[in-house]
Order: sequence, then C-alpha cells, then structure tokens
Amino acid sequence: MWKFRDVISILDYTRDELEHLFSVTDVILERSLDVGKPLDGKIVATAFIEPSTRTRLSFETAAKRLGAEVINLEPHLSSMAKGESLTDTLRMLDDYANLIVIRSPYEGSAKHAADVCEHPVINGGDGTQHHPTQAMIDLYTIRKLKGRIDGLEVGVLGDLKYGRAAASFIYGLTKFNVKRIWLISPEPLSPRPELMDRLKRMNVDFVKTENLEEAVEDLDILYVTRIQKERFPDPAEYEKLRGSYVITKKLLSRASEDLKVLHPLPRVDELSNDVDDTPYQAYFIQAKLGVPVRMALIGLVLGVF
Amino acid sequence: MDEQETLRVSKIKNGTVIDHIPAGRALAVLRLLGITGSEGHVVTVTMNVRSGKLGRKDLVKVEDLELVTEQVNKLTLIAPTATINIIRNYEVVEKRAVKLPDRIVGILRCTNPGCITRQPMEHVNSKFVVVSKSPLRLECEYCGRYLEEEEVLKQLTQ
Repeated sequence: MWKFRDVISILDYTRDELEHLFSVTDVILERSLDVGKPLDGKIVATAFIEPSTRTRLSFETAAKRLGAEVINLEPHLSSMAKGESLTDTLRMLDDYANLIVIRSPYEGSAKHAADVCEHPVINGGDGTQHHPTQAMIDLYTIRKLKGRIDGLEVGVLGDLKYGRAAASFIYGLTKFNVKRIWLISPEPLSPRPELMDRLKRMNVDFVKTENLEEAVEDLDILYVTRIQKERFPDPAEYEKLRGSYVITKKLLSRASEDLKVLHPLPRVDELSNDVDDTPYQAYFIQAKLGVPVRMALIGLVLGVF
Repeated sequence: MDEQETLRVSKIKNGTVIDHIPAGRALAVLRLLGITGSEGHVVTVTMNVRSGKLGRKDLVKVEDLELVTEQVNKLTLIAPTATINIIRNYEVVEKRAVKLPDRIVGILRCTNPGCITRQPMEHVNSKFVVVSKSPLRLECEYCGRYLEEEEVLKQLTQ
C-alpha cells in the first residue's frame, strides 16, 4: 500500500496506512535510527526549488541513514538558472535516481512530477495546500506525546490561507476522530473555501474564529504557524497582519497544563522564545521526529520496510 | 415558430444541429467545438430565436460534420440545455443529450496564477474534476482551486 506510490497529498492516505507508517517509525526510534543499510546502492534526489532547512536536510539525513546516496539539485547553480523548465529537469533526475523529493513554489508541481517521472516522487511542499510529510510528522508527534489523536481538541493558528503546513495538518486531522478543530486566524488569512468545504463534507466538528483567547483553555494541541510573507501578493498587506498573534508563556498560563504547542518551523515572531523552556513546548521534538518519520516513509516507498 | 423563423432554421441534408443553446452563446459553442469556419463546412448560426422552453435560444447547424460524443459533452459547460441532432439525408437519425464529463482537460484555465498549469515554460494541460453540476463547480486537479460556473462562462464566452 506504500510501495512505489507517489506521496502527493495527505488526503490520499487512509488512517490505516498512516498508522502503519507510525508503527514503522516506532521501530526505527526503538533502534535509535540504526536499522542497517537497506537502501545501499540506491540514489535519492532532492529538487528543492524553494528554500528549506528542515525538510531538505531531514530527507537527506533519513536517506543517508538508510544507506542511500543523495544527490541535490541546486536550482541557482543548475541549468534552471539558464531557463530550463522544471519538467525537463525532472525527466533528467528520473534517469539518475530511484526516488525524487521535490519542493516547488508552483502548486501542483509534485503531482506533475509524478506524472512525468517513472520513479516515485515525494512532495516536500508545493504551493499553499500540500506538505504531506510535514503533516505525517505532526500527527506522529501528537500520537507520541499524547498517546492518541482521537478525541483531542486541536487549535490551528496563524496563516491558514497560504500556509501549506497548516492546510496539510488540518487535512491530516480529518483522517482521525478529533473532538474539534479550532481554526484561528485573522479574517484575511482564514482557510480557503476548498478546505472549509472538505471539512463540511467530512462532517468534521470545527470552529472558525479570530479570537485565540476564546479557544486556549479548551485545547489539547495548539499548532502555530508563521504568516507566509513570501506568498502575499501585496507586501503592505503582510505588514498589516504580521504580529497578529504572539504565543507567549503568559498567554499559555490560561491553558491546560497538558497543552502541547507545535510549530512546523521556521518561526518569526508568532511564537515567543519564552515558551521554549516550558512543558508546552513540543516543536523541537516535532522537528527531531522529522528524520525517523521520513526514514520510515522512504523505506516504505522504496519497499524495504 | 412563424414562417420567417422556419426559413431561418430550414433543414440541412447531412450534419449536426445543435438546438436549445442558451441565447447569446452560439459563438461560444462554435469556439468550444473548435469550429472556426476554415474547415470548409457550411455553418449556420441563428441567435435569439423564440423558444417555448427557453424564451430565447440559439441554434447552430454544421453541415457534413457529425459531432463525436466527447465534443458533445464539452458543450455542457456552457450549454447544459442543448440537444444535438445528427442528420442524414434530411432525417434525424440520432438525438444525443449532452452529459457533463467527469474531467475537463485543456479547455479551461486555472484561476490560480501559482498553479503549475499557469507556468508557460512547463506546458502542463489544465485538468479539472467536476465537484458540482448545478451550479457548476470544478476543482483543479493540480492546485485544488475551485473554478465556479461564472468564471467558466467568462472564460468560454469572452
């Protein structure tokens, strides 16, 4: 059910498939990431047309820990800088590698890549809606810290319009039976109608609000996201909305003691450093889990787990 | 229909008659079918004639051409009320109802400028799935953005 399948959207996966990924991740963690070199002789290509720290490096680390070689496309140093299309670039990578991880600013690039390439493609984030592997890590983090995803009250805060991590996380939550999802954002950054429609069609209990304080006392999980400066058509609009919410230790004093704060990172000014040393902090744990979850994913897609 | 209008919609020997097109959309229908006039077929376009069903309607007749199902189905996007009559030797030999296909490929443009289908270098055909038939709502297979009926009409009629 995972082998040689393109990973384009979290919506393409069933709960059972996600649970299987999580079980494999559990085993990898139990073995302290040392599972031998099952991908010895394989090559994983990363094609990141947009900046990335955690996603690219954790994919690279995951592939290397499994014994694969990694080749990286550097757009500014490649023929893309001379105007070569993404499509032609992908055709070439498909000839070189056994698996391609792509990140692109163009929405739907990963699906297009999957159409073009014979080898499996993993979406490392495209446009504003899909970042499936981040959502897998987010869900795994919650399961690990809370022991379950079902029955939780989850707040998603920030840029719900342009933030692909937020959208994918919300889509991922629909695969489980969460108690309620709070969609917390300034009105101009509220989720797209496509996302809201899907939640309605799936009978998910959700509340849309601009008021974080209304939600904070009820939450088990608060998922904070950065306002996506690079996706605003108008920089002045970004400046207006920047700093709409700042999560601080003081604000969280009203929350449940068991609340966990997640953030896909990088953060700018929406999440204060004074939360880092509190029991609420789960975002560094979440970032650390990126490697084992991506190891499990790569291994499953290449058929060695 | 009075005598004058009967003359306007006189019978053709062989070909296709597309009837009950919403008034004002006949030219868009031709555009959608890719009929430019340069193919050499005799094409008759009648616009805004009285209709019992629609009040006013348009009518298109293309001689010596029988539309195939795929062409007919595309018409649903702008002329869901249309009926298609295939004519042979002055007789209607087949009536086809238009049926909205599940996917629309390459005809419409995604409204999201960031969609891969909008990048000229990449040459990716647009693809939409039908989410709702009435009102018409399509979803881009690449970026997930909705395309509403109003925008579909705008794209196909302007």
